[in-house]
Amino acid sequence: MSGLDFCGLALAHRVINASGTFDAIAARRAFGDQVVERFPFAAYVTKTVTLEPRQGNPPPRLWEIAGGLINSIGLPNKGLREFTRSDLPQLAELPAPLIVNVMGSTREHVGELVAAFAAREDVAALELNVSCPNVATGLEFGSDPAELAGLLDHVRPLTDKPLIVKLTPNAGDVAAVARAAEAAGANALSLINTIRGMALAPGSSEPWLGGGTGGVSGPAVRAVALAQVHSVCSAVGVPIIGIGGVQRGSDALDLLHAGTELVAVGTFSG
Amino acid sequence: MQPDRVLAPFGRRMAPITAREQFGPYVVLRCEDPGGPRPQAGQFYMLQAARRWGGGDGERPFLPRAFSVLRAPPHTDDLHFLVEDVGPGTRRLCELQPRDALLLLGPLGVGFRRPAVGRRAILVGGGVGIAPLAIWQDELATILHDQPSASPLALLGFRDHDHARGSAILSDPLFATDDGSSGHHGFVTELLADQLALEGAVEVYACGPPGMLETVRALCEAHDVPAQLALESGMACGFGACFGCVVATRHGYVRLCVDGPVLDAAELEQVA
Ligand SMILES: Cc1cc2nc3c(=O)[nH]c(=O)nc-3n(C[C@H](O)[C@H](O)[C@H](O)COP(=O)(O)OP(=O)(O)OC[C@H]3O[C@@H](n4cnc5c(N)ncnc54)[C@H](O)[C@@H]3O)c2cc1C
Ligand SMILES: Cc1cc2nc3c(=O)[nH]c(=O)nc-3n(C[C@H](O)[C@H](O)[C@H](O)COP(=O)(O)O)c2cc1C
Ligand code: FES
Repeated sequence: MSGLDFCGLALAHRVINASGTFDAIAARRAFGDQVVERFPFAAYVTKTVTLEPRQGNPPPRLWEIAGGLINSIGLPNKGLREFTRSDLPQLAELPAPLIVNVMGSTREHVGELVAAFAAREDVAALELNVSCPNVATGLEFGSDPAELAGLLDHVRPLTDKPLIVKLTPNAGDVAAVARAAEAAGANALSLINTIRGMALAPGSSEPWLGGGTGGVSGPAVRAVALAQVHSVCSAVGVPIIGIGGVQRGSDALDLLHAGTELVAVGTFSG
Repeated sequence: MQPDRVLAPFGRRMAPITAREQFGPYVVLRCEDPGGPRPQAGQFYMLQAARRWGGGDGERPFLPRAFSVLRAPPHTDDLHFLVEDVGPGTRRLCELQPRDALLLLGPLGVGFRRPAVGRRAILVGGGVGIAPLAIWQDELATILHDQPSASPLALLGFRDHDHARGSAILSDPLFATDDGSSGHHGFVTELLADQLALEGAVEVYACGPPGMLETVRALCEAHDVPAQLALESGMACGFGACFGCVVATRHGYVRLCVDGPVLDAAELEQVA
């Protein structure tokens, strides 16, 4: 198989999973060791890890739309300590480099997460989920170039591992945010994360989702993803991971043609 | 480590439909699944029509849908499913005919566990929730073939006479209808309450709408009788990937698709 180099990671091909849409540990409970023996992805991206454990949002968490899904999962996870103790050793058994996705609500929180994984040999790279408000400013880290540059200035010196910044599609000018991330030392960018959306419970004025609003994903967002990927690819020189609505080979090819190095599959892998 | 469930092959596979039967509003689809293992009672599959699943006349379905296995006759490759048309996904499945095919993933989740020694099984089903109880009744009959006195009791509840045609799917059930148009007039949980007043050494297995399951849970708690409940929740993946299907238990949210769908009633504060 012809391998490729992505920020120093040796990958077997160009398709990886999108964060939060394939839990390799749960999949092993359902399918057994086939998951490892026939692992479909060239790298494994974890669900977002935060410093403290999170329960996630109350159900219902899913609403199906034409060609897609709105989710308000709410980033449930075990928190840094338990993830490192119980999940990391199991994920290290996968036959693909491990990319840990992290998120925090202050620069310092993100810094603690980055520093903790910087010290781990089994972690090949980090992905920063910046679709989260900075509690200090109220601004989403990923929505504003200065906000994102401030975050990267803080965390970049904490690790030599590749830092992938996962951009939010809910920013006003995604190309400007992408340029700021590149200038502040991001090794790669991934996009898109989900697009904010909502659904009302049938026949009512109340939101259906336990979290109120949620994130739209799946084929329904493919055209939006392609436009954002296209604009970011022409704005920066670092490699891009294209994400959004990939269901078939032709969808992946579109993102590659738009200039991405890799493609990640989300909703359709779950 | 010994897995706590029958494992599914990794990936969706095609299963040709071999027969379609109708019991009132319920459709039984039979298909052939030579590529899969024999499932356990209480396990489920994610199903979709192999052709025209979304992208056709309507906006939905997009995601596959979860269905309990209704029967999996031993020494065959057959799987049976029970489907009630309640929306675009189930409607499309109800249209399928022999020579159409399902795309399926499974068996998934953990199923029913045997009753403790000395306890008789009581199966309590409401509406389409009778599905996992049919295969469990078959399995218990095999396990208990030398103890006819321990043979399980099946109590079923339906909306009305037409839905009660589904009672023919299990052997020798007692049944109730909400409107009294056949069987006992009232709820199936009234039949359960009567039985629990007579018999204490039992273990209850229930599947049905949330209100029914909550009554079953509360009755079993009051009588100090163990119960296993097959729950439902909206699912996207069916194998623990999306965290979309959680239900609240005494120790936080659990993913019903990998930690259930069968949960011990004692784990639940209440069925929501
Ligand atoms: C483990 C398990 C086993 C099951 N076994 C069976 C079985 O054996 N037989 C059977 O008939 N059914 C079974 N079900 C239920 C079955 O999966 C659902 O009835 C089916 O998914 C409904 O899909 P639909 O498209 O027909 O209806 P939908 O329109 O999806 O409606 C079903 C319900 O979902 C909600 N809903 C409505 N619109 C949306 C939307 N856009 N997005 C999200 N939710 C919406 C509403 O509460 C609605 O009542 C099982 C479910 C689970 C979890
Ligand atoms: C159920 C679900 C959970 C997700 N969880 C996360 C997450 O924990 N962290 C993250 O960065 N993105 C998360 N995402 C976003 C995906 O990684 C991806 O960016 C998005 O879904 C678009 O790709 P898709 O259209 O292929 O699904 C999640 C998406 C879904 C549908
Ligand atoms: S349905 Fe996706 S985690 Fe259960």
